[in-house]
Amino acid sequence: MDIRDLDNYHNMELLRFTTAGSVDDGKSTLIGRLLYDSKSIFEDQLEAVERTSKLKGFEHVDLALLTDGLKAEREQGITIDVAYRYFATPKRKFIIADTPGHIQYTRNMVTGASTANLALILVDARKGILEQTNRHSFIASLLQIPHIIVCINKMDLVDYSQEVFDRTVSEYKKLSSRLDVKDVHFIPISALKGDNVVDKSEKMPWYQGSTLMYLLENIHISSDENHIDCRFPVQYVIRPQATEFHDFRGYAGRIASGVFKPGDTVKILPSGFTSRIKSILPLHALNITDTIEEAFSPMSVTMTLDTDVDISRGDMIVRENNNPTVSQDIDMMICWMSEKPMMANGKYAVKHTSKDARCIIKEIRYKVDINSLHRLENDKNIGMNDIARIQIRTTLPLFFDSYRKNRITGSIILIDEATNETVGAGMII
Amino acid sequence: MILYNLNHLRILESEAIYVIRETAAQFERPALLFSGGKDSIVMVHLARKAFFPARIPFPLVHIDTGHNFPETITFRDKLVSEIGATLLVGSVQDSINKGRAVEEKGINASRNMLQTVTFLDTIEENKFDACLGGARRDEEKARAKERFFSHRDEFGQWDPKNQRPELWNLMNGKKNIGEHFRVFPLSNWTEMDVWQYIAMEGLDLPTIYFAHDRDCVQRDGQILSASEHLNLRPEEKIERMHVRYRTVGDMTCTGAVLSPASTLSDIIHEIAASRTTERGTRTDDKRSETAMEDRKKQGYF
Repeated sequence: MDIRDLDNYHNMELLRFTTAGSVDDGKSTLIGRLLYDSKSIFEDQLEAVERTSKLKGFEHVDLALLTDGLKAEREQGITIDVAYRYFATPKRKFIIADTPGHIQYTRNMVTGASTANLALILVDARKGILEQTNRHSFIASLLQIPHIIVCINKMDLVDYSQEVFDRTVSEYKKLSSRLDVKDVHFIPISALKGDNVVDKSEKMPWYQGSTLMYLLENIHISSDENHIDCRFPVQYVIRPQATEFHDFRGYAGRIASGVFKPGDTVKILPSGFTSRIKSILPLHALNITDTIEEAFSPMSVTMTLDTDVDISRGDMIVRENNNPTVSQDIDMMICWMSEKPMMANGKYAVKHTSKDARCIIKEIRYKVDINSLHRLENDKNIGMNDIARIQIRTTLPLFFDSYRKNRITGSIILIDEATNETVGAGMII
Repeated sequence: MILYNLNHLRILESEAIYVIRETAAQFERPALLFSGGKDSIVMVHLARKAFFPARIPFPLVHIDTGHNFPETITFRDKLVSEIGATLLVGSVQDSINKGRAVEEKGINASRNMLQTVTFLDTIEENKFDACLGGARRDEEKARAKERFFSHRDEFGQWDPKNQRPELWNLMNGKKNIGEHFRVFPLSNWTEMDVWQYIAMEGLDLPTIYFAHDRDCVQRDGQILSASEHLNLRPEEKIERMHVRYRTVGDMTCTGAVLSPASTLSDIIHEIAASRTTERGTRTDDKRSETAMEDRKKQGYF
């Protein structure tokens, strides 16, 4: 198969994954290898990195320089922010959210994880499961990343020992039994030498599983989307001011979950009115008669309804017999992202689907120690990078599902009303 | 069981349209930056889809350096009249005439840096609070750190170390008066995605993207178009070459590539085999290692 073949390109899937680990785990080396082996690093980029590595007196080419784009990052030799990287194979296009693994960067890991289908967790074979492995795995579980690949790296430095691999796997399984993770894979690799990254290692005949690249290309992701619970948050109302489309009222948005079809009876929240879907305009054609028979997540579409009902941004179109929770009191896990600590009883702006509201922090239940995974019931000081369980009350009812069931209608952000900064990432329970 | 699957181009398209609609919903006076290049042509197409059958509910803005390829301007005017959009032009020449900007001197003089002044003035004059642009994260390492909704302070500056985290599909466009946002719906697209999308949707492009004969000058490994705006060194000679452009900026700082690719399919093949990035043809990025970050901090696109 050839990536240049247009038909093939049209059949490619998209996989978003996040990588977590520190430089010592060989994360940059691994990403560099994936990019290099899939021919996604260009000569001018490689030359620039080689030049800089040489100037800095490094012995080898530092591929981290590829992702660390900001002046401050290169000066300090650390990754400050999530870096997005892209590569493609004939089967899939990949988006890597490369996040710094250091403790104070929980907020970046959460950000990268929020849109990922898969988490790549790196473990140094010599060191086994460390505190940061707990941290990364906990975040993957909290953010409900559907798939996890644990790469046990630097196998070349432990003589490609099956015993070391088996021990690390069972250690990890002990950890993951305390977490909410569904699909975990283990691969013994050497990012530096290339063992089991793209090509199967000859040094580890005892390993019968797939290489990393094979797994990335083939892991089953089409059922990651929720195609059961119909949720269509109205993002924008389209009313063309033209005689030709005088009576046209279209409800534009991206389908959060479920499958919608023309003829479906739908209910509009918060009004509770029912109506029927008249047509769904796809985006495939700029032609009003070219409608589609069904629409599903994550498609952006425009719907028209049979009857004239009052609908505006922030409303939600759902099926009659499958409704989200409608409430002003909301329980959630929250990751705090601001240097200004969370104010108990403080007021914040919130964004949830296409709805804006305000909220008050009603109760801080407990904080989670993300290294030991213990609940700290008496610690109510929620600062930068802390994860806590809280309850809020909103000014308006929100239409939501639990985050476990629906990552779109179950997620919410808190915004500081003075600075307008995004300060909290909430996952509704 | 039926499989509900979207291919990756449709997912990227849906994502970009989501971001464009979010911009129209969250801001009072958005604008779409239009350069006549392929990325902004894709942006216009996506904006049309986002609001169809209504027209695009915001103007297109072109920052005209006066050093544009004439083919780009012809294309721009034709497109604007076809889709019935409003076009606003901010002129770098006007900024120079008013004394707001000073022309660069020397052999590599370009108006690239000067655009920032005109651009920020245009934003202020029209009170735009969000400018949609076609920049992609794969283009350049400073751009790899961009958000979909990227905040700019009252001076139009970008503070890359202190950006708002962007979670799920929740875009935070809240701001104080005088501040504005740059919005990048194509963040997750690569150069290849853009070309494949253009082919899939059958979009028209300015002719300079396809191979043609042109009078050129070779300088520092770049092939620059001969024009009244380009100052020649004594030893430089004008040669007729068979070239095309991978990106479209100013005539003075955009390099052409030797290429026989005369159709979209040729171009896609050429890019798949290419071992350099498209920004490699831009001398404006080569002034220093952080040329893009430095310009972006000051308010560049």
